[in-house]
Amino acid sequence: MPCLGLDTVWFQVAGTLCNLTCRHCFISCSPTNHRHELMSRAEVRRYLDEAAALGVNDTYFTGGEPFLNRELLPILADALKLGPTTVLTNATLITPERAGALAALQSGSRYSLEVRVSLDGPTAASNDPIRGEGSFDATMAGVEALARAGLHPIVTVARTWSDSEDLAARAEFHRFLRERGLSRPRVKVLPLFLMGRETERTRGYVEEERLTDEHLRGHDPWLLQCSTSRMVTSRGVMVCPILIDAPDARMGSTLRESLRPHPLAHGACHTCWATGASCRN
Amino acid sequence: MLGHGGLVPELTRAPARDGGACDDAIAVVGGVYSNHAALRAALTDARRRGATRLFCLGDLGGFGPNPGRVYPVLEEFGVETIAGNYDRSLADRLADCGCGYTHPADNEFARRSYDYTHRRTTDSERAWLAALPGALRFTRGGRRWLLCHGSPRRINEFLWESSTSDAFLARLLRESEADQVLCTHTGIHWQRALPEGGRVVNAGAVGRPANDGRPEVWYAFFAAGASEAEFVPVRYAHESLALEMESEALPPEFVETIRTGWWTTCLEILPAKERARGRF
Repeated sequence: MPCLGLDTVWFQVAGTLCNLTCRHCFISCSPTNHRHELMSRAEVRRYLDEAAALGVNDTYFTGGEPFLNRELLPILADALKLGPTTVLTNATLITPERAGALAALQSGSRYSLEVRVSLDGPTAASNDPIRGEGSFDATMAGVEALARAGLHPIVTVARTWSDSEDLAARAEFHRFLRERGLSRPRVKVLPLFLMGRETERTRGYVEEERLTDEHLRGHDPWLLQCSTSRMVTSRGVMVCPILIDAPDARMGSTLRESLRPHPLAHGACHTCWATGASCRN
Repeated sequence: MLGHGGLVPELTRAPARDGGACDDAIAVVGGVYSNHAALRAALTDARRRGATRLFCLGDLGGFGPNPGRVYPVLEEFGVETIAGNYDRSLADRLADCGCGYTHPADNEFARRSYDYTHRRTTDSERAWLAALPGALRFTRGGRRWLLCHGSPRRINEFLWESSTSDAFLARLLRESEADQVLCTHTGIHWQRALPEGGRVVNAGAVGRPANDGRPEVWYAFFAAGASEAEFVPVRYAHESLALEMESEALPPEFVETIRTGWWTTCLEILPAKERARGRF
């Protein structure tokens, strides 16, 4: 896969630390996973400066749970000075005060601040078996705080249904969010990646789930996010947000070094190709 | 073997047409979406204001009724037109419009209007669309202008005001060797002078209101020698168009947008700020 230019930079700003232990987490985040550490504001700012010099368009902040990073709000403020910014959260730590602070960041910038909230079912019964006991109520409290602050979060759902159920499942989420006071329900659906803890819940990739030249003949490289994005963690610059633990994922210690071709050698690459998935909004 | 998206057309196959030098008053209209009535009203207004050259940034069909009614208007006014993704899809008889929506419901609306437009496009109209250039360049006051549909690099890339950084726009200008870029594709007009020089103008759409609760549509007017756009709202007989859409059995959601000025579909692609400004 060639690098067609750097449009998007991701930050694993909370490392692999999370206050939840979701059963489908493809990088097995948890309260005790320190494989990738929290990133400091100064560390992020160095990469933001490099990103701006490279003509990057937007930045994304994820984890783990980004709000475990006490510098998150100033980091988001730094990013919003440069361009559109997205934070991916489980919303369980979003208090009304934090929602208000996010709304102030949004109204103080000419760029969009997107808040993406992970949720895997419109009820505790469907969500909590995957995301943990009590997580549904804690997440919805955060979502409702965001809505009351005037923000329009994007609810991100890992897809656990079939093609034929797709429209109905999305419509169900829209209906549910509207009932909970979101005037403009926004839903993004992502495929499951058969990695990390998900391999224990379902299965891992099999050998056939790999891309070959045949798959890529005539395929538009722009459709794969790795042609135009990179992920920064405390361990360096990785090829994409999914593969941060793959042995060959590290592309360098600066963004500039990372702008080189790389092989689409993983099962996750097959998932992106087959589903058209992009971690972007 | 096809993954998601399948085989893609070569989107930037046609080289930019060289439009020479152009310092007079000009007007640029964005997506027409078969709204022949609004197109005529906008072009009439632009001529009245003294525009000597008129440009259209593509996406002639889709959304509105009777696509064939747009071509005579473009010819009558001598509009210099480039191709949008919709025009490329129709010319190549592709299965879909290539608009780049993310939500299946949006894609369903897009499919309905594409199928309608596809069925009503004649072979000679297809040949005319196939001959459209992918971009157009001219110089204005010594500055290099580039007119494109989505972005200078991708015919269906969305350049929204709140989701494009200065650094990114500057890179697009640099890479396309332009000092000023005009684009459409999003349907909402905006412009920005970049800190290091250069300007990007999204002309919005002349075929659909700008999700601002008013039925007028917008185009970009440039006074003689000007690089800054004046965005002009255009009143037209939108109720007649709404009735024409109804008689063609187009989706009521589309007709509602023509009547109210609020978008009702394809909202998932809107960034947070643009989404917050709309009603839905």
